[in-house]
Amino acid sequence: MKIVVCVKQVPDTEATMTVEDGKISWGDAQLIINPWDEYAVEAALNLTAEHGGEVVVLSMGAEDETEAIKHALAMGAGDAVLVSDPALAGSDNVAIAKTLAAGIQNIGEADLVLFGQQSVDTDTGLLPIQVARLLGWPAMLLVSHFDEVDPDARTLSVKRTLEEGKQLVDGTFPAVLSVTKDYAEPRYPSFMGIRKASRAQYPTWNLDDLGIDAPASVVSWKGVRVPPQREIIKEIIEGETPEEKAKNLVEKIMKEKVL
Amino acid sequence: MTKNILVYIDNFKGEVQQASWEALGVGQTLAEGGGKVSALVLGHEVDDVAQAAFQYGADEVFVADDPALADYRPEPWGDVTAQVARDAAPDVILFPTTTRGRELAGMASVDLETGVLVDVIDLGVEGGDITATRSIYAGKLLSEVTCSASPQLITLRGRAFPTPEPDPSLSGDPTHISLELSPDLATTVTGYEEKGGGVSLKDAAVIVAGGRGTSNNPSLSPPADLDEDEGEIWKAEQGFQLVNDLADVLGGAVGASRAAVDANYIPYEHQVGQTGKVVSPDLYIACGVSGAIQHLAGMRTSKVIVAINKDENAPIFKLARFGVVGDLFEVLPPLTEGLKAALG
Ligand SMILES: Cc1cc2nc3c(=O)[nH]c(=O)nc-3n(C[C@H](O)[C@H](O)[C@H](O)COP(=O)(O)OP(=O)(O)OC[C@H]3O[C@@H](n4cnc5c(N)ncnc54)[C@H](O)[C@@H]3O)c2cc1C
Ligand SMILES: Nc1ncnc2c1ncn2[C@@H]1O[C@H](COP(=O)(O)O)[C@@H](O)[C@H]1O
Repeated sequence: MKIVVCVKQVPDTEATMTVEDGKISWGDAQLIINPWDEYAVEAALNLTAEHGGEVVVLSMGAEDETEAIKHALAMGAGDAVLVSDPALAGSDNVAIAKTLAAGIQNIGEADLVLFGQQSVDTDTGLLPIQVARLLGWPAMLLVSHFDEVDPDARTLSVKRTLEEGKQLVDGTFPAVLSVTKDYAEPRYPSFMGIRKASRAQYPTWNLDDLGIDAPASVVSWKGVRVPPQREIIKEIIEGETPEEKAKNLVEKIMKEKVL
Repeated sequence: MTKNILVYIDNFKGEVQQASWEALGVGQTLAEGGGKVSALVLGHEVDDVAQAAFQYGADEVFVADDPALADYRPEPWGDVTAQVARDAAPDVILFPTTTRGRELAGMASVDLETGVLVDVIDLGVEGGDITATRSIYAGKLLSEVTCSASPQLITLRGRAFPTPEPDPSLSGDPTHISLELSPDLATTVTGYEEKGGGVSLKDAAVIVAGGRGTSNNPSLSPPADLDEDEGEIWKAEQGFQLVNDLADVLGGAVGASRAAVDANYIPYEHQVGQTGKVVSPDLYIACGVSGAIQHLAGMRTSKVIVAINKDENAPIFKLARFGVVGDLFEVLPPLTEGLKAALG
């Protein structure tokens, strides 16, 4: 079974974000793998451990945006590809999806493509469905559980998450999936894994290698800003006993007219 | 420039996601001055949803009613959405940012060769151009985005826009769409696992959340046959019972920190924060939650935040309108009783 996992590098979730001259900065905060993507890598590693096969990590980004790839390799993925081309700067979601779809086709013979649920920087959560649509493969998204995977029959059964509960879905290969946080805790990279990953060689493909032109983007950013500080009139509720504090809090809450 | 707007009304077996009506309300604003607001309803036996769409102000309702659409699957639902969009040729298609709404918008962006402005919290119109505000980096920044292609696809965050008042006297004849569904689909829905009842976090006007503090009651002694972890979970169950009781009295939902979820106090679907749900209720009561930046990312836009925490230096107090420095096991029972009495 060949599984492609799409991962992205993002700034640490603890980072303080600032904007200077319209440019976003996270200071000297660490760069990490998009936390949602760790679940996808974990699932890919478990699936290939159980059924055999290989995991190929795919990431699109600038030439130095390799933290996500390194982390996935350190977790145990066997191979990786970075797609990088100056012409891709400022790509919107559909353009990224087209590039990733071309990357997946160039890797070739993928049985499953796994995504994280969404990027923690752009907070969009669109690529998995867009890539599925572009490839014409079925999408089974927000998967929390793999009930059955049969590489010989090329079928799988999963539980996916809807607002109303879990939906049980049967599907066939090739398919595009995204994996949610309740799948399983992702493993920590081992010391050996980190060492191996730091020495790993993997290709960087540009648009020529993919055989496509830079896809057009129609969504553009007009501006970015730090949200205005909220005026919070802080009030610590006084009282001699917990009961008294509770009583005073009830009065305060009722006055806010939110109930 | 007046615009024609198509609004996707998200339903699960006839049950409408509230944010759909908010989207319909936004549609009416965008169409002011002569535009038309159409609603799109997919599923099987969804006539009631279509009538509700008229009552919430749709001028026209397209209904795709077919046994093949009874269960949501992205591909056939996406095909129908693209088909209607091509025929009706709206300027803008609005979706609530629900699981289905996001997927349908994503597929439509590919099918109709346009882009998506996703999970939008504010919209501005100037000279006919729409600028959308989105929150990025988990709400640490706001960005303004536009789409130069047509139709513009926009998904709207729940509770970010007002719900229009329905008019029960309104009704209409929905337009039934003749479907061209492709017969061989690669997926089949074989069933559902209902989640335990209760109010859903995203729609809730009130959320009571518990953190790791819910297990910290030294006066409780767990049954002797439990090991350390099980004993902690047992304690947290008592703590979350108090959280539940308060949520019940307020008709609200129960939230949780990641620490509480990771320690198996409560299932993941309750997690609020950067890697959980982003919520924006009128009232958020955080009990035994420290207020880590990743938690704040999920609830900082709540209207009124109340924090109950033993530690007066807990960061959650910085965001709280009201803070109680105290033990949640002591404060919650009288608070629940008091609010119950006050609400009658
Ligand atoms: C990539 C990443 C993503 C993350 N995503 C999320 C997320 O989505 N959501 C999230 O919540 N966290 C998230 N976190 C984790 C976050 O950093 C914190 O670890 C977590 O929020 C802490 O949960 P807590 O407040 O319940 O626990 P703690 O930080 O342990 O706080 C417990 C609090 O309870 C108080 N307390 C103890 N006993 C009592 C009592 N009896 N009565 C009253 N108060 C009491 C304590 O004073 C303390 O303030 C993420 C972290 C990372 C690295
Ligand atoms: N630049 C990228 N390269 C590879 N995969 C990506 C990239 N950006 C996002 N993804 C994947 O797509 C998922 C959803 O991202 P998004 O639609 O940007 O929220 C992420 O969880 C990743 O798995």
